[in-house]
Amino acid sequence: MDFLFEGFLEGLNMVFQGNPAVYNAAWITLRVSFGATLIASLIGLPLGYFLASTSFPGKGFCTIVLQTLLGFPTVVIGLLVYGFLSRRGPFGFADLLFTPSGIVIGLVVLAFPIVTMFTMTAVSGIDPRAREMALTLGASPRRAAWTLFLEVRFGLISALLASFGRVASEVGIAIMLGGNIEGYTRTLTTAIALESMKGEFGFGIALGLVLLVLVFFTALLSRYVQKL
Amino acid sequence: MNQATFFLSILFFFCLSSPPWAQERLKLATTTSTANSGLLDHLHPFFEKEAGIRVHAIAVGTGKALKLAQNGDVDVVLVHARQAEEAFVKAGHGVNRKEVMYNDFVIVGPVTDPSGISGSENVIQALRTIAAQKSLWYSRGDDSGTHKKEMSLWQETGLKPGSGWYQAIGQGMGKTLLAADEKKAYTLSDRGTYIALSTENRIELKILHEGDTRLFNPYGVIAVNPKKHPHVKFELAMKYIDFLTSPKGQSLIGSFRMNGKILFHPHLGD
Repeated sequence: MDFLFEGFLEGLNMVFQGNPAVYNAAWITLRVSFGATLIASLIGLPLGYFLASTSFPGKGFCTIVLQTLLGFPTVVIGLLVYGFLSRRGPFGFADLLFTPSGIVIGLVVLAFPIVTMFTMTAVSGIDPRAREMALTLGASPRRAAWTLFLEVRFGLISALLASFGRVASEVGIAIMLGGNIEGYTRTLTTAIALESMKGEFGFGIALGLVLLVLVFFTALLSRYVQKL
Repeated sequence: MNQATFFLSILFFFCLSSPPWAQERLKLATTTSTANSGLLDHLHPFFEKEAGIRVHAIAVGTGKALKLAQNGDVDVVLVHARQAEEAFVKAGHGVNRKEVMYNDFVIVGPVTDPSGISGSENVIQALRTIAAQKSLWYSRGDDSGTHKKEMSLWQETGLKPGSGWYQAIGQGMGKTLLAADEKKAYTLSDRGTYIALSTENRIELKILHEGDTRLFNPYGVIAVNPKKHPHVKFELAMKYIDFLTSPKGQSLIGSFRMNGKILFHPHLGD
């Protein structure tokens, strides 16, 4: 028990004394997670809306594909995106491997199905006549979409928060595409993986605590939004 | 809407751009033994100051490091598997291979030494004893330099390890030592990582066999061949190699201590 207790004490100590390595990793995590959620929402919100408001042959198949992507292991995403970003891959020329942008690309692949599915569910929940009504009243399709989005805004915010929580806490993509470079692509999760490898239990716990707080506030915000 | 666009662009900039003062970077693929021991943190500040660049170290096993170099994803490698390194250069993937430093491998195991290998004449005999007693043995199983060495040693015993007592755990050296400590297993470790973990009392494993010339563990540095990958920062890579092999770099390696112990011996001598 001493071992556990001391680890926690050491961890808390590091957090409150402002250990630079801990906060550096937290800052990098925030940056890539924000970036990925932002881009994922630019894809996922329109796509989710489109899937919910139109019917076309193959729609069921699209939904199943998205559902599958939701359950995709992050190491597989990391591996696939590595193939694209490696110098031998089609986008090697852009030199994105082992950069924060490389991580963001992988995280977008992880996050956009989450945003899409949440959006689809939220928009499907509205009476379909609402959109027709808006169109009949002379709204442009774009305007009608905006109206519906406002109607389900809390659902959409939950979508963004859920995807943020997911990308901030994953490790496979960040380590494969970022390379865990100190002060550059070392996120909270990859730092934890490294410290546990070095047997630095306390340091790992400190990083874990910061991540926990981050995800906790995301969940809290999500809960607050849903209650509005 | 314009405001929103403005806000989005700011966010984009914040998340994706690298700061304008970002320095040029040299990508180094290396092994966990050099990165996790703190050696690179000891060496790189000097080089970075001298050359005015940043060295970005990606710590993986030797096999993966060479693969990254072969794909042109890094500029230079610092690894430990002489045969694989020579094959790498011969295949034209790398140039200007230089010896940098060395330490040695050791066989570690539980303090009680259940197989009784501590008096073994050489490492081959020690491994044969472990196999005969079917004592638990953890293998890295990750194509790292240490794993390659272990495979060549088993090959020399003429035995085919397997079935129950021999387990490939697919982890880095640190994790493998921690796991061997938990489960009272024997394993092969580089001395550096073993010292790093044992001096801080994270593991109770003891060195049970050492000193065999087969256990020599030299580290080499290789630049990625610019003819194969024109985009690599060849000049910086050469600068880095020159630094490691210079009297200054060598003395820095020799001065690196962990709790008073030398982890790596410079190639030019201590």
